[in-house]
Amino acid sequence: MKIGIPKEIRPGERRVAATPDTVSRLLKLGFEVQVESQAGAGASFADADYTAIGASVARSARELWDQNELILKVQPPEHNQELGVHEAELLRQGGTLVSFIWPAKNGELVERLAARGATVLAMDQVPRITRAQKMDALSSMANIAGYRAVIEAASFYGRFFTGQMTAAGKVPPAKVLIIGAGVAGLAAIGAARSLGAIVRAFDTRLEVREQIQSLGAEFLEVSIKEDGAGSGGYAKTMSPEFIAAEMALFAKQAKDVDIIITTALVPGKAAPVLITEEMVDSMRQGSVIVDLAAEAGGNCAVTHPGEVVTRHGVTVIGYVDLPSRLAPTASQLYGSNLTHLLADMGGAKSFHIDLEDAVVRGAIVLHQGKLVWPAPKSAPMHPAPLAPTKSVVPAPEPAKNEVAHPLRGAAFAVVALVLLGLLGSVAPKEFVSHLTVFVLACFVGWQVVWNVTPALHTPLMSVTNAISGIILVGGMLQISGPISSPVTLLSAAAVLLATINISGGFWVTTRMLRMFQR
Amino acid sequence: MPESLTTIAYLVAGVLFILSLAGLSTQKTARRGNSFGIVGMLLALGITAVGHVHSYGALAVAVAVGSVIGALLALRVEMTSMPELVAVLHSFVGLAAVFVGIASYLGTVTDTAHAEGVIHAVEVFIGVFVGALTFTGSVVAFGKLKGLVRSKPLLLPGRHLFNLLLLLVSVGLGARFLGASEHEGLSSLSIMIGLAGLLGVHLVLAIGGADMPVVVSMLNSYSGWAAAAAGFMLENDLLIITGALVGSSGAILSYIMCRAMNRSFWSVIFGGFGADEGAAPAKRDNSEPQGEVTSITASETAALLRDAKQVVIVPGYGMAVAHAQHPVYEIAALLKKQGCKVRFAIHPVAGRLPGHMNVLLAEAKVPYDIVLEMEEINEDFPETDVVLVIGANDIVNPGALSDTSSPIYGMPVLEVWRSKATIVMKRSMASGYAGVENPLFFLENTKMLFGDAKKNVDAILSELRSAASSAAAE
Repeated sequence: MKIGIPKEIRPGERRVAATPDTVSRLLKLGFEVQVESQAGAGASFADADYTAIGASVARSARELWDQNELILKVQPPEHNQELGVHEAELLRQGGTLVSFIWPAKNGELVERLAARGATVLAMDQVPRITRAQKMDALSSMANIAGYRAVIEAASFYGRFFTGQMTAAGKVPPAKVLIIGAGVAGLAAIGAARSLGAIVRAFDTRLEVREQIQSLGAEFLEVSIKEDGAGSGGYAKTMSPEFIAAEMALFAKQAKDVDIIITTALVPGKAAPVLITEEMVDSMRQGSVIVDLAAEAGGNCAVTHPGEVVTRHGVTVIGYVDLPSRLAPTASQLYGSNLTHLLADMGGAKSFHIDLEDAVVRGAIVLHQGKLVWPAPKSAPMHPAPLAPTKSVVPAPEPAKNEVAHPLRGAAFAVVALVLLGLLGSVAPKEFVSHLTVFVLACFVGWQVVWNVTPALHTPLMSVTNAISGIILVGGMLQISGPISSPVTLLSAAAVLLATINISGGFWVTTRMLRMFQR
Repeated sequence: MPESLTTIAYLVAGVLFILSLAGLSTQKTARRGNSFGIVGMLLALGITAVGHVHSYGALAVAVAVGSVIGALLALRVEMTSMPELVAVLHSFVGLAAVFVGIASYLGTVTDTAHAEGVIHAVEVFIGVFVGALTFTGSVVAFGKLKGLVRSKPLLLPGRHLFNLLLLLVSVGLGARFLGASEHEGLSSLSIMIGLAGLLGVHLVLAIGGADMPVVVSMLNSYSGWAAAAAGFMLENDLLIITGALVGSSGAILSYIMCRAMNRSFWSVIFGGFGADEGAAPAKRDNSEPQGEVTSITASETAALLRDAKQVVIVPGYGMAVAHAQHPVYEIAALLKKQGCKVRFAIHPVAGRLPGHMNVLLAEAKVPYDIVLEMEEINEDFPETDVVLVIGANDIVNPGALSDTSSPIYGMPVLEVWRSKATIVMKRSMASGYAGVENPLFFLENTKMLFGDAKKNVDAILSELRSAASSAAAE
């Protein structure tokens, strides 16, 4: 099966869908790979790098699209100015395309591709489930965007990030506020922390608190308790009260921090405006805002998507191509995501579209020209436990045993009381006093044993083994008869067994406890 | 000797036993606790010998022989075989309870016309029943742990009915036993011993290998109840107290183990993990993530470890089987010397006995303050560079948290996959005792190191050593 890697034609796009490293992995999977000449130039990969590992190079775009049945791309197909033809028309009749598609807003493109009878997998539609993480291109790109956002901020910010004590005097560290701790936000926290800044982060989803703190940032909270975790690890829209509290928090922070990086997106909606013009005006001169939500309208009221604007000495960066600004790494990660997807779909030998497969079903837009997107909503996906965006959901106790409990407990209590009552009315005094001792001992044992540290559970078992040898006393009480009587013999046997227990139990405990050392 | 003095001595012994268990709450006080137990035992035995025994011949012989056997067992046993030793000791208590019960029945004239007599007979019957059950159950558990009996659960059709039948027949025999005059109930008693023994065998046979920690602690509990029952029939408060202590201790351990596996106690003791759902767990369809498994060599593992700043080692039963705890600790010590933070993470049900892994690591001289429990370390995995999983499977299965269809769904596990890299040492791709596929193995940051754990650990150790010595030479 032949894979073609065209050169991206979107102005400013430097990424490429395969690097020499990912090409070599595709070759290992049994694919043949052809790369358009200069396809990797933006990401610093020369044609020779590709040919060196066994890929061929197509001289023109037309040649490449013609000769390969499976095309891997970064950007959705668009009109090729040079050739005067839309890339969708370049795709072979019945060919397969894997790239970012954004089918919700590119309806026309999907129609064009459908007309070609194409099979199209959208990397932006790969479901966020555990198994699909290695193919999750959105996370890969978000990670890069978060890192790059900090680097952009640093280049516009006129001071150190890290605080320093120099011979010439003290330089305070920069304070960075990061709003939204998804993949991009966490990457930004990590990058800003490693540059030495003081980092604070805010997220409506309480579950990310630990992740924020684990990266060394402070988790900011509002006084209203509300969890913003939506499905699939994304955030949901919050209540008005919460939003008011949140805005007050941002207004206060804006006066204090030097850098704000916003990453707040709610799926399918325009990005919420979190940094108002007043807040921007309240920031110190020289401060920087990086708006990672610029493409969806921006989290900052001042943002111009794709541009850098300055207002009252505050720089607002609205770049929408941050991953492309780190083209070699972005290409490498995106290429790896693609490789994993293709490997999952059977490699070259048994390449097939399995509509039963949750990942393929989620990502596929067109199947042989037929629109199959969006995938029917199956049972709600479990938030993937491994995704860096989300922490593991605490396992709910299975409910089936719990339901009957209160009633059962009451029934138990009643039965026990009745039985005890009956017993009390007939049993002799001695028995009742023994029973008292027994019940109290059970409770004492219960209390004492709960305090035992789990590390010492094995010694606990051997000690209880030893002291349960106290049944020896039972043997001794009956051993005094004539030596040949069955009672004596049985008692002697009991004594023998119980002694083994006592001696063995205590010895082995002593041995074990001697080993525990700090 | 006045009766009250004996009672006081028993009281002191009982208090000492309680202090003994209380001492085990921390490693620092544990040894003192053990000494309290020994003192309590000597006191109890001494006072009984002085106050209630008139002929010492049989006693002396039995005690001497028993002590020697016990000491030999205790000094010879390997720490990896602790579960077996514990199981065998349980069986002794069970058998002793049976003997004491029969002797008590034969030794006293039972007058079932009065409430005292009836109660005594009931006590004998129950004590012997629990004793016999404990005995055979422990013997089978021992066999399973030793590998003499296959550890796969034996699931007879209608096994619950069978258990119930055994129980009902035993109760019927009990009624007959109470009705019998003088010592004629002995036949009912003997048949009941057989049935209880059968019940013990069947109960334990139906329980799978991974559930052994629960079984062993449950038998621990039974042995306590057997001793308590003996205390009732002999009207001896010390036996009652001690039995109750041991019984509740075992019950708590069973409960802790069940909770650690997110299983109901009943489903474990009546056996057949997964059988309640009506499907054999091993035969689940391949909807589980099947994917590329990346394997790694011992020297690559060593290289990864050398570059790591934080390492967590997760031992499982496989480490015990391979006797790999000593070289594992040497690896840990070597890494520590190179400035790496090394810790051990213990899942509550790792191994075949509660706390089994802790004992093995202690034997290998791992300081106990770097051996952490699941709750203590789960948060730290994201900052961990390398996790070394040695012979563990189900306790590191991410499916337990995310896959509702998994039989082990809801069981708390060590979240090793949140670390930067996980290396799993395993003999093969076989699934764990629960028969559940482990998606961990297919994750991108998981590498598999196949082969015998001991050999692999030794290989890693020698790689690390040679690297360390060449670094020192430079």
